[in-house]
Amino acid sequence: MITRGRRLPRWTPYAVAGGSLAVAEVTEKTTVVSGRSGVVLVAVATYLVASTAISAGVEGRRRCIDRLAGTLLGAALLMALIPLVLVLGYTVAQGMHRFDATFLLHSMRNVAEQQPGGGAYQAILGTIEQVGIAAALAVPIGLGVAVYLAEYGHAARLGRAVGLVVDVMTGLPSIVAGLFIYAFWILLLGFSFSGFAGSLALAVLMLPTVVRSTEEIIRLVPHGLREASLALGVPVWRTILKVVLPTALTGIVTGVMLGIARVIGETAPLLLTVFGNPSINADPFSGAQSGLPLFIFNEAQQPYPAAIDRAWAAALALVLIILGLNVAARLLARVASTVNRR
Amino acid sequence: MAQRIEMSGVHAYYGSTLAVEDVSLTIQERHITAFIGPSGCGKTTVLRTMNRMHELVLGARVEGKILLDDEDLYDPGVDPVAVRRTIGMVFQKPNPFPTMTVYQNVAAGLRLNGARRGRGSDELVEQALRRANLWDEVKDRLHRPGAGLSGGQQQRLCIARAIAVEPEVLLMDEPCSALDPISTLAIEDLMLELKERFTIVIVTHNMAQAARVSQTTAFFTIAGAGQPGRLVEMGPTATIFSTPSQKTTEDYVTGRFG
Repeated sequence: MITRGRRLPRWTPYAVAGGSLAVAEVTEKTTVVSGRSGVVLVAVATYLVASTAISAGVEGRRRCIDRLAGTLLGAALLMALIPLVLVLGYTVAQGMHRFDATFLLHSMRNVAEQQPGGGAYQAILGTIEQVGIAAALAVPIGLGVAVYLAEYGHAARLGRAVGLVVDVMTGLPSIVAGLFIYAFWILLLGFSFSGFAGSLALAVLMLPTVVRSTEEIIRLVPHGLREASLALGVPVWRTILKVVLPTALTGIVTGVMLGIARVIGETAPLLLTVFGNPSINADPFSGAQSGLPLFIFNEAQQPYPAAIDRAWAAALALVLIILGLNVAARLLARVASTVNRR
Repeated sequence: MAQRIEMSGVHAYYGSTLAVEDVSLTIQERHITAFIGPSGCGKTTVLRTMNRMHELVLGARVEGKILLDDEDLYDPGVDPVAVRRTIGMVFQKPNPFPTMTVYQNVAAGLRLNGARRGRGSDELVEQALRRANLWDEVKDRLHRPGAGLSGGQQQRLCIARAIAVEPEVLLMDEPCSALDPISTLAIEDLMLELKERFTIVIVTHNMAQAARVSQTTAFFTIAGAGQPGRLVEMGPTATIFSTPSQKTTEDYVTGRFG
């Protein structure tokens, strides 16, 4: 016979949570615990102990453990979300002050740091150019390396060596990438600071992310599809180009986006290669340029409220660019895969 | 245009492991030849040596001679890609290309081989689908994803895709093992029709299926785990299933082992 265990009513967790909060408030009034964070900590601890004890008494061991695990996992989710929501919320709240047409359409030319007004047009332009060129360099190379590693190099000695180098590059500190381009491109070859020098540094940083994420996706394409194509008498290269890569397209787009998101906020390599510029320089191949991370870094150092507001607005612009790119990439991947499906 | 295949003294290796030992046999043109035997006995490996799919596994190689109408498939001057166009294959698990529509899947062999989207294309697709007994079921959804069909329809789509490039031999690796009895029957009927034009070799675990569709049956087995597979005997299907010359064959077809 199946025994029906006794279960706690649905409202139990809310009641226990309310009770825990009340206990925590009392604790704050009567003991050394103080402040909101103290109250929250005591409330969470009380909730864990109380709900586990009540559940153990009424529902038995298995449901009690289920509740405990559920509570801990929920708490972990909240802890992960709190900083994310706070960072985004605070950036939006602080960035709104100066996120206006003047900010988006004007540069800092002839604007003193303590003055209000001025804008980040030159920085937005610079970031788009630098990251665009970096992606144009790193994506084809990275995709090529990923195809090599996934399709040809998995057993070859060269493949394993390349894989190791890519792993090491993943952990490369961004300042080292900047220093390398500074020493090689600017000091040794004698080119001047430019947006393109920054693109080179960003491409070095982007490459391993693009390689690793797209390689994993290409490996996930079912082996049966490759065999189906090869058995039709299709050469290997055409199979990769027409069957494997289209099947992996959505994942490849995600991998490229990861790479872009990895570098778009990099400041250190740009300091050494792009230098920064308050005026508009639309030519990424000659002369110092600006970029959003450089702009934020510069404005946030100023002791003037107007400059701090500009830094927050630039941070908001950077977040919005990443968001926009993500949405655009997802739409693009969806359109590309439904064209075939119709 | 269907052709016969002759294998003599074929050994197939995976790395240093000998998977199949000394297989010699003849596949008759416009015949259905069935390969039966217990799991791991090398039926599929032998099948894959015939269109040079075997060597795609890392470290895999073949020794011996395989002739397609007197032409050595393993001659250094022979392009494996050309071999695979002449000898098509249908796999155990239906594997339509997920990014392509029904139409594109059938045309894949032509399009992927670089043919332009020409005038003949529509007729070729319809013809291949008709030969695969799938046309009536999909003619209204040619431009919907091929992966949206049922399992049995997907397998017939894969057969249509394989015959659209006009191969001369069709290798089928347990084509019905993932299908229900009705889809299986549809594919068996189809095989009997296709035999008028193509030479067919089918690997199957279903002995009733081998008895129903094939004219010739080859029985493979292994002596034990780790031993290479070998061909025990080959002959007219009726003989193999009633009065085989070897004791092991009789034990296997009557269900006493394997």
